[in-house]
Amino acid sequence: MNLATEAGEAVAMIGANGAGKSTLLRTLAGLHRPAAGTIHLEGRDITAMPPHERAAAGIVLVPEGRRLFPSLTLEENLLVGTTPRRRGAWNLARIYELFPWMAARRAMTTVFLSGGEQQAVAIGRALMTNPRVLLLDELSLGLAPTVVQRLYDMLPQLLGAGMAVLLVEQDVTQALRVSGHVHCLLEGRITLSGRPAELKPADVEAAYFGLAHRGGGSG
Amino acid sequence: MVWINAAVQGVLLGGLYALFACGLSLIFGVMRVVNLAHGDFAVLAAYLALAVIAAVHVPVLWAVLVAAPLFALVGYAVQRLIIQRSLDISPLTTLLVTFGLSIVIQNALLEVASANSQSLPAGLLTSGALRVSGQLSLGYLSLLIFGTAIVVIVALQMFLARTSMGRQVRAAADDQETASTLGVNVRHVFGIAAALAFATVALAGVAFGMYSSFDPSAGPQRLIFAFEAVVIGGMGSLWGTLAGGVILGVAQVLGSQVDAGFGVLAGHLVFLAVLALRPNGLIPSRSV
Repeated sequence: MNLATEAGEAVAMIGANGAGKSTLLRTLAGLHRPAAGTIHLEGRDITAMPPHERAAAGIVLVPEGRRLFPSLTLEENLLVGTTPRRRGAWNLARIYELFPWMAARRAMTTVFLSGGEQQAVAIGRALMTNPRVLLLDELSLGLAPTVVQRLYDMLPQLLGAGMAVLLVEQDVTQALRVSGHVHCLLEGRITLSGRPAELKPADVEAAYFGLAHRGGGSG
Repeated sequence: MVWINAAVQGVLLGGLYALFACGLSLIFGVMRVVNLAHGDFAVLAAYLALAVIAAVHVPVLWAVLVAAPLFALVGYAVQRLIIQRSLDISPLTTLLVTFGLSIVIQNALLEVASANSQSLPAGLLTSGALRVSGQLSLGYLSLLIFGTAIVVIVALQMFLARTSMGRQVRAAADDQETASTLGVNVRHVFGIAAALAFATVALAGVAFGMYSSFDPSAGPQRLIFAFEAVVIGGMGSLWGTLAGGVILGVAQVLGSQVDAGFGVLAGHLVFLAVLALRPNGLIPSRSV
C-alpha cells in the first residue's frame, strides 16, 4: 500500500469493518509499529518515533470512540492538547469561537455531553496541538447523520489553514462528500483510489465489499 | 475529658498516617500500582536521615532536606527502570516486583545497619507540648507532623489541579494511550508522579522515625496502616486519604483507651467495617 497526503488536502479511507482502517491511523499516530514499511513526515523518517514525539512533530489522532479524559473538565481536556507546545493559530479562544456552546460548559466534566458534543471536544483537543496532519478515525460512529454532517462541514476551514486531513469512515456518502481523494481499503489493501467525482458508485460498492457488484445495501 | 484528649491525639496520629499513606495513594491513583515496598522505603528514609545526622551533625529537620529530594530522584529512577518495565509486562508483575524490592531493602538494611532498634533524635520536639488545659496537651512533634501532612496533601492537590504537569498526570492516569497521542510523554509523567510520591515517603519515614523506634523489618507493619488509611478514605483520592488516616488514628487511640492492647485491633475493625459497608471508601475519587 502506498498512501500520501498533502497540506490542504483531505484524503478519505473507506472500507468495511475489519478492513484495517483504524489500524492504519493508529500506526500513523505511533500506537502500533508497522510490520514492514516506513512512515515519512515532510521527508523525515518517523517510523520509529513514539506517539508523544509524533504529536510534537505535528501528527495528531482523533481516536475512534472519542476517548475523552473522564476525570478532566471540558477545558482541561482541550488544554491537554497544548502539551506538545506547538505554535499556531489554535488556542482556547479559537476553539470556543468554533464551538460557541463549549465556553459556558468549560468547567464541567465531559461525561454528560451528547455524543456529538463529545466528538467536538475530541476534535478541539486535537486542534489545540496545532497539527500539520489531522487523523480522524470514524467521526460518524454512533452519531446522528445531521450531527456528522455539521462536524464534517468544518473541514474546509481546517484545510484552508494548510492542514492535511486523513480520515477513516464507514459512512461512504460523507467520505465522498468531504474528501478530495478516496481510497477504498479491503483486508489491509487498497482496492480502489481516485477523486470522488471520478468514481462510479458501482465500482465503490464492489471495492468496499470485495465482491463483484450484486446490488443493494451500503455500509 | 479523657476521651476528648484521646480523640484529639487520635486526630494528630491520623496526620502521620495520612502523610505516610498519600504516596501510596498517589502511586495507586496514577499508575494503578500497589507499591508493597512503600513501608520499607519509609524505613530506608529514616535510616538515611540517621546516616546524615551521624555524618554532618545537623538537627533531624535538616536531614529531611537531604532525604526528600534524594528520594524524589530515587522514585523517578525506580519508576522508570523497575516499575514501568513490570507494568509493561502485566499488573500482577508489579506486585511481585515491589514485593521483591521490599525484601531487598529489608535485607540490605539488616546487612548494613544491623537488627538493632533505632530512633531519630527529635530533641525538644518529642518532649515539648502545647498545654491547652489541665488534661489536654498537644505534643509539638504531633502538631508539626499533622501540619506537614495537611501542607503536603494541599500542595499535591494543587499540583494535580492547577499545573500543566498535574493535568498531564491526570490525563495519563485516565487513558495512557490517548494522552500519548496528544503529546504527553507518559513514562516521564509517571516518573514525576513517583518522584513526588517518594518525596512524601521520605517525609513520612523521618516523621515515623521521630515518633517511634524502627528497625529494618518495620516496613510491612507500617504498610498495613497506610493501606488502611487509603482504603478507608477511598482508593486514589488524596482528601480521602487524609480522612482515612484521621479515622484510623482516632480508632486506634480510642481503642487503646478502652484497653491498652485493643488499639491496633480497633483500627483494623474500622477498616473491615468500611470494606464491608463502603468498599469504595468514604470519599471515592474519579481518578486521582
